[in-house]
Amino acid sequence: MVTGIGVIAPGGIGTKQFWELLCEGRTATRTISLFDASEFRSRVAAECDFDPGASGLSQREIRRWDRTTQFAVVAAKEALEDSGVLGEMDPYRTGVMVGTACGMTQSLDREYAIVSDNGKKWHVDEAHGSPYLYDYFAPSSMAAELAWLAEAQGPVGVISTGCTSGIDVLGHAADLIIDGAADVMISGASDAAISPITVACFDAIRATTPRNDDPATASRPFDRTRNGFALGEGSAILVLEEYQHARRRGARVYAEIAGHATRANAFSMTGLRPDGRELAEAITVALDRAEANPADVGYVNAHGSSTKQNDLHETMAYKRSLGEHAYRTPISSIKSMIGHSLGAICALEVAASVLAIEHAVIPPTANLHERDPECDLDYVPLAAREQASDVVLSVASGFGGFQSAIVLTTPDWTAR
Amino acid sequence: MAAFGVKELVDVLRESAGEDEDVSLEGDILDVDFESLGYDSLALFNTVRWIERDLGITLSDEAIDVEGTPRALLDEINKASTQSV
Amino acid sequence: MKTPLITGLGTVSPNGLGTEAYWAAALRGESGIGPITRFEPDGYPGRTGGEVKDFNPKEHLPSRLLPQTDHMTRLALVAAEEALADAGIDPEELPDFAMGVVTAASAGGMEFGQREMEALWSKGGAYVSSYQAFAWFYPVNTGQISIRHGLRGASSAVVTEQAGGLDAVAKARRHIRQGTPQMLAGGVDSALCPWGWLCMSRSGRVSAVENPSRAYVPFDIEASGYVPGEGGALLVLEDVEAAVRRGVDKPYGAVAGYASTFDPRPGTGQEPGLRRALEMALEEARITAADVDVVYADACGVPELDRLEAEVLAGVFGPRGVPVTAPKTMTGRLLAGGASLDLATALLSLRDQVVPPTVNISRPAHGELIDLVAGEPREARLTNALVLARGYGGFNSAMVVRREA
Repeated sequence: MVTGIGVIAPGGIGTKQFWELLCEGRTATRTISLFDASEFRSRVAAECDFDPGASGLSQREIRRWDRTTQFAVVAAKEALEDSGVLGEMDPYRTGVMVGTACGMTQSLDREYAIVSDNGKKWHVDEAHGSPYLYDYFAPSSMAAELAWLAEAQGPVGVISTGCTSGIDVLGHAADLIIDGAADVMISGASDAAISPITVACFDAIRATTPRNDDPATASRPFDRTRNGFALGEGSAILVLEEYQHARRRGARVYAEIAGHATRANAFSMTGLRPDGRELAEAITVALDRAEANPADVGYVNAHGSSTKQNDLHETMAYKRSLGEHAYRTPISSIKSMIGHSLGAICALEVAASVLAIEHAVIPPTANLHERDPECDLDYVPLAAREQASDVVLSVASGFGGFQSAIVLTTPDWTAR
Repeated sequence: MAAFGVKELVDVLRESAGEDEDVSLEGDILDVDFESLGYDSLALFNTVRWIERDLGITLSDEAIDVEGTPRALLDEINKASTQSV
Repeated sequence: MKTPLITGLGTVSPNGLGTEAYWAAALRGESGIGPITRFEPDGYPGRTGGEVKDFNPKEHLPSRLLPQTDHMTRLALVAAEEALADAGIDPEELPDFAMGVVTAASAGGMEFGQREMEALWSKGGAYVSSYQAFAWFYPVNTGQISIRHGLRGASSAVVTEQAGGLDAVAKARRHIRQGTPQMLAGGVDSALCPWGWLCMSRSGRVSAVENPSRAYVPFDIEASGYVPGEGGALLVLEDVEAAVRRGVDKPYGAVAGYASTFDPRPGTGQEPGLRRALEMALEEARITAADVDVVYADACGVPELDRLEAEVLAGVFGPRGVPVTAPKTMTGRLLAGGASLDLATALLSLRDQVVPPTVNISRPAHGELIDLVAGEPREARLTNALVLARGYGGFNSAMVVRREA
């Protein structure tokens, strides 16, 4: 049961601003300002206007924590407050599972430049560099910070599956509750990887968009003119609670994580097979686990990364798994508005799916003016729709071949 | 500048992407598609990157096609080199 | 609840490449720890490590994989191949989605990453490899193993620093219960490059002692931290029915129990979570302390952490109540790979009914608390083995493996 939501996203800090942006179909992509990106092919990204001090972090925390951890901590605080669970949980029965694709890459990039004298020395200098390098080296440090924040002493860890991390980690956290390993899980994902090394990586495989002259419309999932994704950053952390635990304390329940599955395509570290078989299998198994039929799905929150390869792959996967119902289901990609924040994005997408259930509104795919002829489903172009959904499917597909799906339902749907 | 030919291309492929043990790059490969030569799009991205850097040229996304052949890629490379001179 | 079987092992270790070479070396008490040779360690506080020796990747892997893989991924691919062969599994014969992969990671492909960051900062973005996007990232070993062997079942990667080697196996077990009958799981890791070494030394736990036989001596009064090493193990986990159908008659054992906990924030005075993890793992295995025949200790080498572990063991099993060993004194601590190698070692000791030794212990610090199997291997009747692992920051995991009659 999802009982709390916390969000750091481009275009606004906090769940309320995040949801407003999505409903209005505004975009938060812009020319990269976090560093001088002028040498790169793609210079567009969706950045968060994040002031750690104003978000309540101390000077010491700001100095010590990478931006990824800062996002996660601030989002977790909002989620915990939203749920009202603090003080009502048994530390031994409380856990933390957090996802990330790139971990502390911004700090590693910056610190590497310092200790190597801008890459001049292979033998990096022991005398320089942050005392917190080991926290940046292993991203488990972020899970530890969240555990201390929530006073969790149950199962704690990081799940990292590239761009499907956010779904996989929430699925894993839900499993831990179902298996009885915890009553409350603080779970979600965070990534803040808009740094030179990441931008260079995606340039090198031409995955990011070179639409530098029009940053606000750079991310165009399912549009005929899309030409790559816009990098993003952010975090979404949810509070998940065992059903009885939430009921006993009279918690507001937003939605239930009813099913999750992941499959690998065993095909390519970055490429996708056009037939969408593995993603379709993940969707089918996730629906099965949720005891839902394809026809129950009221909304699909898509991966929609704004690359041709993905859009075709994903469209095929929907047809394969949902059958005729695929043509009747609204499908939208919020990456059109807040970019692709790698491991964090699908936690943000799950948060958006939960909010879509809560508010009975389907967020749109922005910048979708002319559908790719091969993408012939309903991608909710430009404007949000008021429409209630009892069952929402959110999917992701990522480097390493991971294909994942998660099913969210209204709190009482399974009981029916 | 010396012409960039199939020999040069094979050298870069080997170094930047390795070589499929079951495929020979020695014979007449000009019209064999890259996929059959054992290269995926990642391998081509890395190869093209090296060539772009070495020759100071830029190739379009369409030039990088695993279903394309060395002949087609060399055409693109040489077209781009002539333009950049 | 059904307990999945372990039917295949693949290991790479500083004291042996391949399971049998490693196991023979471990029983001989032969250490793989020595001066760092992979890079020039001068100027760093520690200069001793556990390097996998005589590993020529070209002999083990196809040429197409070499430009796109970090050293640790190459080691992992070798271990994966061995584990599948050992289990007698040909993935091509499996049904669709029948087998998945879960690996543990710590920092991803650090050496590859250092090389590409060097190119970025010294020459520019255009010099960064197209492979960097994934060669550095945490689940790279899962992805590469999945692709190489066509494994399309549920797959993942976990990061819990040095506890990850058990947590990955536990996650694989969960996937088996959810319907993926076969899983390849564990950790193989390395960060033996200057940048990785510098990061690791900032943990404050790396031993500065240069003498290879004195640098990593957990539970000894000279304990001075640990020696980082590289390697690890991958295990084939299998649903009992699937194993029976394949005609597996001698599994290494079953994963009988597991639990993970997290320590309270330092300075709160509350009890650390190691004992809770241990007791919950026993409970899940439905055994009592008296049923445990050997403990593979975490053996961090940091004096206060060693003391804590020794006290937990004495508290649960009684003073000197169970044989305790740390064969990792022959390999160093292998980041996310270490606990998986311990698990593989525990299974080998169940198979051969012998406990490999902890080496280089000259003056035990906690002799009154724990019965450390020091110096020589010890033959014993072994049914249940307990493996403990802790990760920097407060991660505790415990796993029980049981010999199958």
